[in-house]
Amino acid sequence: MKVKETPVVKFSNVCRYYGSTGNGGEVVKALCGVSFEITKGEFLAVTGPSGSGKSTLLHLMGLLDRPSEGEIDIDGVPVSKMSDTSLAKLRNQKIGFIFQQFNLLPKTSSLKQVELPLVYAGVPAGKRREMAKKELEAVGLADKMNNRPSQLSGGQQQRVAIARAMVTGPALLLADEPTGNLDSKSGASILELFEQLHEGGVTVIIVTHDRDVAAHAPRQLVIRDGELVEDQPTRRLRPASK
Amino acid sequence: MEIKELLSTAFVAIRTNKTRSVLTTLGIIIGVGSVILLVAIGSGLQSFVTKEFEALGSNVLFISPGRVSFSGGPPQNVEAKFDFEDVRKIGELGAPIVKSSGMISKGVTIKYRSESFYGNLAGVEEDYQEFGNVEIDKGRFFTKNAVERGQFVGVIGHKVYTELFGEGREAVGKEVDISGRQIKVIGVLKEKGGGIGGSSNENTFAIIPVTTASKLTGINKPAAVMVRTATAEDTTIATRKVKEYFYRKDLTDDDFTILEPKELLSTINSFLGVVTGALSGIAAISLVVGGIGIANIMLVSVTERTREIGLRKALGATRRDILLQFLIEAVVLSVVGGGIGVAGGWGLSVLMSRFIETAVTPWSVGLAFGISAGVGVVSGLAPAIRAARLDPIAALRYE
Repeated sequence: MKVKETPVVKFSNVCRYYGSTGNGGEVVKALCGVSFEITKGEFLAVTGPSGSGKSTLLHLMGLLDRPSEGEIDIDGVPVSKMSDTSLAKLRNQKIGFIFQQFNLLPKTSSLKQVELPLVYAGVPAGKRREMAKKELEAVGLADKMNNRPSQLSGGQQQRVAIARAMVTGPALLLADEPTGNLDSKSGASILELFEQLHEGGVTVIIVTHDRDVAAHAPRQLVIRDGELVEDQPTRRLRPASK
Repeated sequence: MEIKELLSTAFVAIRTNKTRSVLTTLGIIIGVGSVILLVAIGSGLQSFVTKEFEALGSNVLFISPGRVSFSGGPPQNVEAKFDFEDVRKIGELGAPIVKSSGMISKGVTIKYRSESFYGNLAGVEEDYQEFGNVEIDKGRFFTKNAVERGQFVGVIGHKVYTELFGEGREAVGKEVDISGRQIKVIGVLKEKGGGIGGSSNENTFAIIPVTTASKLTGINKPAAVMVRTATAEDTTIATRKVKEYFYRKDLTDDDFTILEPKELLSTINSFLGVVTGALSGIAAISLVVGGIGIANIMLVSVTERTREIGLRKALGATRRDILLQFLIEAVVLSVVGGGIGVAGGWGLSVLMSRFIETAVTPWSVGLAFGISAGVGVVSGLAPAIRAARLDPIAALRYE
């Protein structure tokens, strides 16, 4: 008998409203009645037109926001009622973020960038450095450890960001338009890196409006007007563009 | 987050905006520097005054005719209601009084050949050399014998000497003319450093035996009396004895004033303490201004680094982490400014010690550091709270 694995992400009838609900002000329903599960090791794309609620979904999965209704479990932990501090700690342990703008600290070496999440995790300096080096080697930046963002190409910067996201060994890698600021060649190599991570057992979620990017993921969630309208395996029409 | 990491983050942030950081800390530098300098000058002044008084001897009382008031008006020239006979009797009042000597003082013209100099004639007893803390450069001071006999001898101050004779010329053995009488110069005093209001110091004096001065000027009432006691602790008892003596002679408190140098010293020192405190307080206002500068620049910094704050939160920084990061940055700015201020104030007070006595006290350095750290905390708090409260989503979207 196969034991059912705990999902990495579980959304149960999640809604997120913005605006005041008390004094008759206008309420915006960013997301409503969304339920789905993501199991460990999945590679998944969340797509939809802009304003559809993709970002809200990303923020909820990334523990940057709490649902107005419903429950979210991350790696089996219900998070809706958690305090800010507990959310921050959980975020540090479970979530790896990758942004369209890379969001690297200026005038800071690659090594220090990758060490940053470990600083907040309270890892001692020596071990931190070792872990960060290993992660930078894994993304192919062994020779760029002491370079600052201004000395790196866009693709290299995004690799540093991926190393930074992966260094804590997160349950979930969340990428928000990760190729949006890259030329097609760099973008393709970043997507390839995601595929490698996925093959290594990492749960990868890419939020994108780009169908070509979404096509790399075996499973797609399509959001429209705040609702989950499709949840299906991706039909690969053509091999991933190189 | 460890303190080491917080400090290194703070230094990186400060280095990133070097010019801005320097300008921001300027307020603290000036504030701390001027507090250190003013306290150094105040302490120096106190130690100078203390030394001067100690030179007078702490076992001495001064009696002046009339009521001497510290609160206002120039000292009146009152003719004493007691005479040299009283001075002698006070000296014989017994333990703890050891000796008493009177003094006459008058402005006179001192002449030598064609040169003349307007100075002060001081008629004193032979022990004045000790009382008055005067040092002989050439020759000697007059003896008890000269006082008893009223000899026409005297010692002259350094300025009198240079004006009448000229530097390097022989003066000892020459005779100067005072009020038409020839006084033989038997000694020249060493030059005295300019004290507070240095005009009336011995540089301009011609010092002669009090008996001679009385004959010369016709003054037979002392302008001041010095009473010496066995030890410094005895001055209070001696004061009481002198007062009782005067009361017996039907003199009232309006007819004489007794000064105890140690009391006067403590009064002056507490006054100087208040002045120093007040001046430092005014200087400390610039610390407040400096603090506002830091608060302002930290607010700018929080706004500029909104995305960074969002990122740090996304990577797992708690509110406390962000709060501490910005608070420590403000404190580092302020304490570095404080350090430079201390060094600057110290340096200036060392430079100034060529002209006036200064003393940098450890407590003022400690206080300056403490205050600057405090200013850092206070001025960094509001920006740090603002940073800590930022919504990570809004912060990450911030352009």
